[in-house]
Amino acid sequence: MSRPPRGKLDLDPATVRHARSLARKAGRPIVRMAQEHTTVAVERATLRLAGLGGADEEGTPWVNRLADTVRADLHDDGGLAHGVALPVWDALLRGEAEDLSVLAQKAAAGSVRFRLPEGRDAQRARTASRKAVAAGLRTVDRRRAERDRMVKRHGDAPRQPWIYLIVATGDIYEDIPQAQQAAREGADVIAVIRSTGQSLLDFVPEGATREGYAGTYATQENFRLMRAALDESSKELGRYVRLTNYASGLCMPEIAALAGLERLDMMLNDSMYGILFRDINPVRTFVDQRFSRQVHARAGIIINTGEDNYLTTADAVEAAHTVTTSQLLNEYFAKEAGLEDWQLGLGHAFEIDPAVPDSFRLELAHALLAREVFPKAPLKWMPPTRHMTGDVFKGNLLDGFFNLAGALTGQGILLVGMMTEAVVTPWLSDRDIALQNVRYVMDAAGRLHEDFHPTPGGFIQQRAHQVLAESIELLDQIVDEGLLQAIADGTFGLMKRPADAGRGLDGVARKSEAFYNPATDLLEEGATR
Amino acid sequence: MTVLVPYGDTTGDGMVQLSFTLPMPHSKVAEGSAVQLANKMGMDPALLVHAKPMGPDFTFFVVYGRVNHVVDPSQVQVVERDYPLLTPKEVNAAVKRSLRRRLTVVGACIGTDAHTVGIDAILNIKGFAGEKGLEYYRELKVVNLGAQVSVPQLVERARAEKADAVLVSQVVTQRDAHLLNTREMSAAFRESYPADRRPLLIVGGPRFDETMAGELGVDRVFGRGTTPGEVASFIAHKLARKAA
Repeated sequence: MSRPPRGKLDLDPATVRHARSLARKAGRPIVRMAQEHTTVAVERATLRLAGLGGADEEGTPWVNRLADTVRADLHDDGGLAHGVALPVWDALLRGEAEDLSVLAQKAAAGSVRFRLPEGRDAQRARTASRKAVAAGLRTVDRRRAERDRMVKRHGDAPRQPWIYLIVATGDIYEDIPQAQQAAREGADVIAVIRSTGQSLLDFVPEGATREGYAGTYATQENFRLMRAALDESSKELGRYVRLTNYASGLCMPEIAALAGLERLDMMLNDSMYGILFRDINPVRTFVDQRFSRQVHARAGIIINTGEDNYLTTADAVEAAHTVTTSQLLNEYFAKEAGLEDWQLGLGHAFEIDPAVPDSFRLELAHALLAREVFPKAPLKWMPPTRHMTGDVFKGNLLDGFFNLAGALTGQGILLVGMMTEAVVTPWLSDRDIALQNVRYVMDAAGRLHEDFHPTPGGFIQQRAHQVLAESIELLDQIVDEGLLQAIADGTFGLMKRPADAGRGLDGVARKSEAFYNPATDLLEEGATR
Repeated sequence: MTVLVPYGDTTGDGMVQLSFTLPMPHSKVAEGSAVQLANKMGMDPALLVHAKPMGPDFTFFVVYGRVNHVVDPSQVQVVERDYPLLTPKEVNAAVKRSLRRRLTVVGACIGTDAHTVGIDAILNIKGFAGEKGLEYYRELKVVNLGAQVSVPQLVERARAEKADAVLVSQVVTQRDAHLLNTREMSAAFRESYPADRRPLLIVGGPRFDETMAGELGVDRVFGRGTTPGEVASFIAHKLARKAA
């Protein structure tokens, strides 16, 4: 009669398979939609991969200047619908400029007209653009090989979970010493928080920046400076220190490309976050998402998804199943875009109200559910924020329990909680106390997961089964009405986002018959030429 | 009213605790410097109970000690609640009585602040601290614009919705951005409305000083820990008085 237990939660593999197949069903129409559209950001990312960088004296990047001019010139002929590669490389082949950067300057000055080439001209433009973008992707490939070499040379993080710390001064030159100090104190991963306004900018700022609100702008130069500093730290410390930034907002494809070019190691990259929390148009987001994930797949970058955010607006117990649902969707979209299991830092968080009875047992059930449903993914475990108050003593205790839950459930990436969450941006001493908290728990109980087996049929197993069942129910519903409709109805994070509204919609175009984007082709094919 | 001193474990002992970091390596001199700081802050005797090096250049200290200051509660100025706290039912009744229509509240986080936790705690039906948010009130129509709303957008929406009250939250702020944003917001409303038609302007967030309403040009400032019921009661109270 008795059968061997299945994992720690005794989940039925058929149920988990069913959940995955529902996620696939819900996601497939979205992928099709993404394949049928392009966006200004995808096109600009393509130009960046082809080597176009820099900005004019007003700070507008040349990729924006060029893409906008092409779009305007072709306005009566489909605009963005053909992609920018054909008109841009056609202009280069016609001898309008010797390179992309001069072409962008001429375009901005109005001294070049773009057209949609046809026949042999189109073929030549396709070949030339593919060659240029392939060179950029080979740089991304080289960066990836470089990372592998450095991990081998310096060694990897000594244990799991990787300790993930944030710096956020607004000034890259202040961030650098803080990041290096954080690495010395034990951080395996450094995340540079972005300035709060950046997700809604429809361009990527240029150069090293010293002014930001509650964070530092993501720019190619800032990426380069911080990566170089952490390479120094990796050498000093004898372990490779990873760097994280955000491929989200209106420019996520471009930021993903820059991350690949500058060897960032992890990127926050959620399939629905921009829609729900930044009111970015759903179509724009899904198209940009797919491209950015293809780039991340190619670059060997680990993505971090944003399910933790749902729990900051919705109740962490009532909405637990929306996290699982979103993780399944994120997994589907990620794999479809070519990411592998080890690259899926699926997110979840310790956000249950500590006043709820058995809150810690509930947290364990939820965290273990994520662990068992996604056994090979390095889950991203996010600390309490919503129930952190000015009571720093209680906050420190809560963070200790968060760390313990992380250790007990084998989380892969642990974002270090600060007792001063919601009070101040972390002080030097806050970070030190927080790391002491993590170290104590990991040293004292880091392998406790070996002894931790929830009672068969007990509270934790039952709760996990219940959440999985609820997430299947929700997925069923999403398959029925369609994911876009579900998002419009406020299914995730209680936010209602219709598909025909939101920011960035005017930057979306349905692809024409003539559409060509070499980056998309090269990424789909995994080709280098 | 008598003066008071802090309480450790005995009446009148004046004991407090303090923690801070000095940018110097840990040493006996560093410990002495920490005691010196505590002394200068009025702690005497100051008992250094913990000193921990944080990297080569910093040391963290915890100090316990007796302060020689006294506080006089009769000299303290605060914004006391000067309106009755009503239940949702009472708020609904008050709105019905004074307006004879639903009352419209438009809420937003303005500027670059992306943190909707404050505005959501007050507006979302889910609420905060066991109280339901304003969406729960039958006689209140709530329009929550979410985060990163510009001041012109806010004014435009407030006009379009014929808002009776405008709620603005500012959570994460740097370099006093919350004060600049609030002043910009109140000025914009003054400019686009005749004085007697302007909606109630209410701002809230953990960094605000509740006594600054006048200076910021708003009707009320709510600080940390404000509940939806307090905000709803204030709105009902103010608008009932205006209608009367």
